[in-house]
Amino acid sequence: MTVLEMRQALTHAPPTAPPDLRARLSWRSAKSVLMTILMGLSVLAVVVPLVWVVAELFGRGLAVALRGFPDFFVKEVPVVARRPGPGMGPAIVGTVMTTGAATLIAVPLGVLGAVYLHEYGVGDRFSRLVRFMATVMTGVPSIVMGLFIYVVWTLHFGYSAFGGSLALACLMLPMVIGATEQMLKLVPHHLREASYALGTSKSRTILTVVLPAALPGIVSGSLLAVARAAGETAPLLFAVGAATAYNPNLFAQANTALSIQIFGNATSSFVSAQDRAWGAALTLVLLSFVITMVARTFTARVASRR
Amino acid sequence: MELDLRGRRAIADGAFRWAAICAAGLVLLILGLIAITITSRSLPVWQAMGVDFFTTSRWSPADARFGALAFIWGTAFTALIALGIAVPISLGMALFITQVVPPWVRRPLVHLIDLLAGVPSVVFGLWGVLVLSQHFGLGRSFLTAGIILAIMIIPIITSLSREVIETTPPGDKEGALALGATRWEMITAAVLPHSAGGLVGAVMLGLGRAMGETIAAALVIGSALGQITAHPLAPGNSMPAVIANEWGEADTLHKSALIALAVTLFIITIIVNLAATAIVQRSMRKAQGT
Repeated sequence: MTVLEMRQALTHAPPTAPPDLRARLSWRSAKSVLMTILMGLSVLAVVVPLVWVVAELFGRGLAVALRGFPDFFVKEVPVVARRPGPGMGPAIVGTVMTTGAATLIAVPLGVLGAVYLHEYGVGDRFSRLVRFMATVMTGVPSIVMGLFIYVVWTLHFGYSAFGGSLALACLMLPMVIGATEQMLKLVPHHLREASYALGTSKSRTILTVVLPAALPGIVSGSLLAVARAAGETAPLLFAVGAATAYNPNLFAQANTALSIQIFGNATSSFVSAQDRAWGAALTLVLLSFVITMVARTFTARVASRR
Repeated sequence: MELDLRGRRAIADGAFRWAAICAAGLVLLILGLIAITITSRSLPVWQAMGVDFFTTSRWSPADARFGALAFIWGTAFTALIALGIAVPISLGMALFITQVVPPWVRRPLVHLIDLLAGVPSVVFGLWGVLVLSQHFGLGRSFLTAGIILAIMIIPIITSLSREVIETTPPGDKEGALALGATRWEMITAAVLPHSAGGLVGAVMLGLGRAMGETIAAALVIGSALGQITAHPLAPGNSMPAVIANEWGEADTLHKSALIALAVTLFIITIIVNLAATAIVQRSMRKAQGT
């Protein structure tokens, strides 16, 4: 092959095709689409168990709860687990009592603590430590909280609904602090300054200007903590006991709660006990759902009025 | 009269300030009290068992032998299964909510997560033991416990990841897209590197929750004694589950052994939570500072 031929071959050779960018792009975008689909599937992975739980809850619980309405919600728990029939009345009262007393303890203290963190100790070392530890405290297992209350309370005073309230209050405290501090951050600074300019003291400013302005948020944050506490079981096991009859006394004698009854009946081999567990579970879920909804509508209404 | 009023006011002001300080200090007080009281209550078992509590796995209350190794293993194993299931799903969900869907779909998805978080753990336990364990040949086992725990920690990992991911500067994302990156390339090049620290923290908080979760695990894990196995379908036990299941029929020494389990659990979860909280707070501060 002469040089000339080589040159001719070179010049006449069809130009090599440029890399097909579209092909590369389509592989890349295919990968992107694939990953997007996987992300979408993760939503499905959340929806499926949620729907399944709710379906079983209503499928098995509704008939039990509504048979001979309102028997299930007012009758006492049968002492013999094997016996079929209604009764979660004492458990409903117990849940309301323990959670209610816990709220009365935890919310004022939590709000006051958050007031310190955001209004007094801004940026000082103590408040940073408390904020950090409050976050850590939300991660303390609830069963550890329950044993703590067993050691400091139940050992000395015996079973009572109030012991359960103390345990729940310990769980709620860091949640209330966190929610309240977030809300205090949203109160505009000029409100405080306007109040100071009128000669109002700091504590009066906080009580009459800052807290009212943050109130809707504090209420809804606290209610969410209440809803969480109402569903807790582990802290109550060691403090409340498992009574089957009504006990209106907050401070003495064993009491019971919906969550305790569910836990106790879930592993029973008697279908009648399992049925009561489903009914109690439905009641508990609806109770905490109502509290959550009240929290949301309360916030929405007050927010729109402003 | 004026002066008097002002004096009273100053006193009220100071009193309120001190009340607030005390309320804030209550957090530290409670944490300290938990550590002291439960440790002192479990002393008899530490004296009787010593290091054997952690290194042996024979748990026999009848002859006062308390070796917790199998329960520590069970706690770690179920928590790892739970993380293996929950992390991909939570991350996918967080990315889907923040990077893929239009704003009007975002709210219902966030509500969905809240709804999942609102279901009490005992209800998941009930469903786990009476429904889930009857399907797919799961039985009461490590895997069943892992699945239930995964469902329960998905909300916290998802919502924290979402917060972290949302701090990615829009400039970084738009820059990647402007250079021709696809959505997935934009996520791997801009979003994930930026939020890596916070995501690690979110996963660790999930780990802490999974290890401490009691009731659901107690119902579905199977309550096997002294079994150390990596077979996911074997029945097992975890520290909180043992406490909840055995408390009712425990005598004094047995109770203090169960409290010793709680001490162990408390220490592990405190370490995990301290580290996770520090990581999350630092990454959030870094994201807000820049």
